This record gives sequence, C-alpha cells and structure tokens, in this order.
Amino acid sequence: MSAPAGIGEPEPPPDDHTLLGLREMELNFGPQHPSTHGVLRIILKVDGERIVSARPEIGYLHRGTEKLFETETYPMVIPHTDRLDYVAAATNNHAYCLTVEKMLGLEVPKKAQYIRVLLDEMQRISSHLLWLATAGIDLGAMTPFFYTFREREVILDLFEEYCGARLTLHCMRIGGLLEDLTPGWIQKVRDFTVPFEARIDEYEDLLTENRIWKLRTIGVGVLNAARCVEMGVTGPPLRAAGLAWDVRRAIPYEVYPELDFEIPVGKNADTYDRYLVRMAELRQSRRIVLQCCDWLEKNPEGPIRGKTPRVIKPPVGEAYAAVEAPKGELGFYLVSNGTNKPYRLHVRPPSFINLQALPEMAKGHLVSDLVAVIGTIDIVLGEVDR
Amino acid sequence: MTEETPPKPVPAAAAAPKKGPVATDASQKPLVLGLAAAVPGSVLSAKEFVGETTVDVALDRILDALRHLKNASFTYLVDLTAVDWKDRQPRFDVVYYLHSFQKGNERIRLKVGVKEGEECPSATAVFETSNWMEREVFDLFGITFKDHPDLRRILTWEGFNGHPLRKDFPVEGIDTGAAIYPDRYPEGGGPAPDDPNRKTLS
Repeated sequence: MSAPAGIGEPEPPPDDHTLLGLREMELNFGPQHPSTHGVLRIILKVDGERIVSARPEIGYLHRGTEKLFETETYPMVIPHTDRLDYVAAATNNHAYCLTVEKMLGLEVPKKAQYIRVLLDEMQRISSHLLWLATAGIDLGAMTPFFYTFREREVILDLFEEYCGARLTLHCMRIGGLLEDLTPGWIQKVRDFTVPFEARIDEYEDLLTENRIWKLRTIGVGVLNAARCVEMGVTGPPLRAAGLAWDVRRAIPYEVYPELDFEIPVGKNADTYDRYLVRMAELRQSRRIVLQCCDWLEKNPEGPIRGKTPRVIKPPVGEAYAAVEAPKGELGFYLVSNGTNKPYRLHVRPPSFINLQALPEMAKGHLVSDLVAVIGTIDIVLGEVDR
Repeated sequence: MTEETPPKPVPAAAAAPKKGPVATDASQKPLVLGLAAAVPGSVLSAKEFVGETTVDVALDRILDALRHLKNASFTYLVDLTAVDWKDRQPRFDVVYYLHSFQKGNERIRLKVGVKEGEECPSATAVFETSNWMEREVFDLFGITFKDHPDLRRILTWEGFNGHPLRKDFPVEGIDTGAAIYPDRYPEGGGPAPDDPNRKTLS
C-alpha cells in the first residue's frame, strides 16, 4: 500500500530563478513612512527600481469632519475647519466664512477684508515654507529646513500674538473677525516681511542652481495643463503647467482686485517648475502683505465685523465659495434648510483631488522619485482624509 | 403728578420681509436653454441663487448633459458630492459643479435625484477626476455608480458596515465590532436599536 501522493515528498523547486516566478513585485510604501507627510499608504508595483503602478490608499486620518459639521451651529464649525489643512488654517477659515456670508448676503467691512487677506498671505508664506523644508529633506537637502523653519517660527509667533494660536488659528468669524489687530502688530509684520525678500534669495541660492536638486526634480512627475484640468488639479501644479489660473484672480473675493500681484507660471509642468512657481509665489505673497500693511496703517480705524445676526440662520438654499489655498482651490459647498446648523457642508479639498493624479505622475519613475512626486503635490493628510 | 402709562405692547415683527438672497428662476438663461436644446429632456428646472445657476437634470440624461457641457468649454469638474434628504423621494441628490475657463470663469451646478438602491451613471467616462469623488460618495452615502472602474470604499475601511453621511447613521459612530459581526448590528450601522445611547440626526 502506497502513501497518498504529496505526503513525505519534498516539493519540487520552481523552474525559473526569478522571485516566485514573477517579474513585478508589490511593495508597500507607508502608511508609516517619513516622506509620506502623514499617514498615506501607496501600494507600488515595481519592476526592479521602476514603478509600474502606484495605488494610493487613504483614509487613515478620516475623522468624519463633514458629519460633525452637521451637528454644530454655524459659528461652531469654524474650529473644525482649522483641522482640515492644519498648516494653513487661515485659508480654511476664510473659505468657510465666505460661503456662509454668501448665503446670508453679509458684507464684510473693508478693514476686516484687508486683515483677512493679510492673514491669508502670511499663511501662504508659512505653508510654502513648510513645503520647501519637507520637500527638501525628502530629497536630501537638509539645510533649507533650518532656514525656512527660522522664518516660519516668526510667522507663527505673529499669529500667536494676534489670535493666541499658532496652527489652529480660528482667526476669522462669520461677517468679519473677532479681534482688532494688537498695537504695533503691523510694524512687526513689516519688520519680518521687508527683509524676507533676501531670505527667499537665500533659499534660491541653496537650491535653484543646485546640481543635485535639478537632477532630482527636472522632468520628474510631469503633468501637462490639459491633464491637470482633466484631473481637476489646481494650485501650483496647474500653474507650473503654464495655465495662469488662480482663484484670487479668476473668481475674485475680498480686496484682491485692488491689490497688485502677479500669477507666476511655469513651463515644463515638472517638479522643478512647481518649485520655481512656489518660490515666485512667496515673493508675490510678500508683496501683497506689504500692500495690506500700507492700507492698514493709513486706515487704522473702522469696524472689523459686519452686521452679523446673533443667530445665524441662512435662507433655504445652497451655495459654494472658494479661496485660493496654498494647495489649490479650496471650496465649501453648503446646503441650508433654514435652521441654525448646516444641513450638509461639503469640503472641496485641493489635496485630495491633486493626490488623485499621483499614479500618473509617478508611473515609470524610480522608487526614489516617488518621494519627490509626493512632495511636489504638497498634500496634507488632514485635508485628504477629512 | 405723573400718570403712569402702561407700556405699549410691542407689535411682533411679523410681515417684515425676510432679508438675504432670494432664489430666482433661471430657465431662460442662454446656458440653460442651450443645454435643454442640445440634450432634450434633460433640464427639469433651473434656478439662480446667490449668483449660482443650479439645474435639475433627469437621471438618465446626466451623462449626455455633462458631455454637452464639457464640449461647451466646461472642462473642469470642480466638485462632485451628494446630499441625503432622508424623507424625500428620491432620497439623494448627486451634485456636479462645473467650471469653464473660457466663458469668463462661469460655473454651473447640475443635480440629479437618485432613489435609494438606484444606480447613478458614473461620470468617469466624461471627467476622469470624478473617480475618487464618486468613490467618496459611494463610501459615505452608499450610492453606487454604474460603470465606475474602481468602486471601492476610500475613506472608511473595507468591510465597514454603513454609510456615515446618511442622516440615519448615528453621530457617535458605530462599534468596530459592527464591521466584524454585521449580523448582530443593524443594517446601516450604529449600536443595536435597543441601545439607550443611540441617537441620530433628526
């Protein structure tokens, strides 16, 4: 009597010598990886070092923010918006307040508009500085990190002096602002902003003509303008593709039409051009901040809050308002049923939608370039996962 | 000697006109007329509110309407989301928001009503960017999209029991066990129906 087949006999070795008989290998990138800027998981299919496909898996930071919005009254929603893109809280507050003001037909006093724009642009500078620091570190450039955090610290201190918080600012209210500027604050902003131009030159000295930086970024993660529009990509990636489209100019809000600034554009739609666009945006934001300082010094008096009703009950209907956040078009879609709580409040997060283009941008590159591509989209997972 | 006059009763501020923006009919706007002419039977109604045009579109014509608008320079799909009207028929609205780079940055919103369990045609064939947006709507509202290339949950985990942005989903969330033992927990998520802590949005 013979033993059943397969028992007591060693398995025959595979015929070929490639791993498991497969040419492609699946590789897990994240969710706990330092260069994913948070908890982003990417499932890679690699052929050697080359990326065949990249599949982002998100949701590790999902907090049900949109569900929470529905349980809070309109003013109570503002602190929740701080925690979406937590390195750019001012623009989040701004987009939400604009949406509710649009529904109510509220007018914001001019002084409040200037302070809002000032805060927005300071926030854009601090967000771009953080981007430069982390994107640099991802590619091995350590020094910009120390330089940019030196300047970012000053901005955060200024925010702290104005509203008491450094990151989760909660600095805007429906119809205007909570507090007027503290005495001497404008001068401090000026003291920071005027020499900031030289600081930007310092960063550019380190990177713009740096041979390693150029080798790592030129031609990496290309997404042309037509594809950007098809994928809904906005912000610096869209402008780096040569399309001068910016919500501040296209659908102007607050006092932006009165301000003098340019929209920097790139040409090659790659990581290097996105870097150049962001550096140029730092200079433009600096210009806007100085113009706001001039206006506020000339007009120190005036209300900072419009005729906001005590109980905010927007009429039945729906509205959408957007701002140009540091990452792209950030919008809020509000559906009101006439009560004091939003019936539905949806966020149009630029990070989430820009991240969708990652597989296309990473395909065909080396695994080490994936780090550059993640950095160049400038995602914040708090906004991606909400 | 002064006579004390009884305070006059303050008249209730009734009949005061409600302040704020009012919705107006927009069905005669050239953009809406063009859509109605190019895709017959698509426009159910149109209104304008705070400067935004909203068009109600028939569910079976939505893809044709989107295609027509994309050819009419509305090439950028800004946003796609849904709204749950719990007691209404059809229960859900799927909302599309389109942008034109050419026509002076004009924007238009399309809405389709989707019944519970009904399939909405996927817009991915027209706008690639709607892929993740539709996955999000599927995940959070439970609306399925026909012919979607990759309809999986995106923000919650696979195997999650329920759709969090539905109005009957409990605000405090559901027990993780509900995902593992769906037979013990109610369909649509939440603590067991006899749990005293269960509360939902009205």
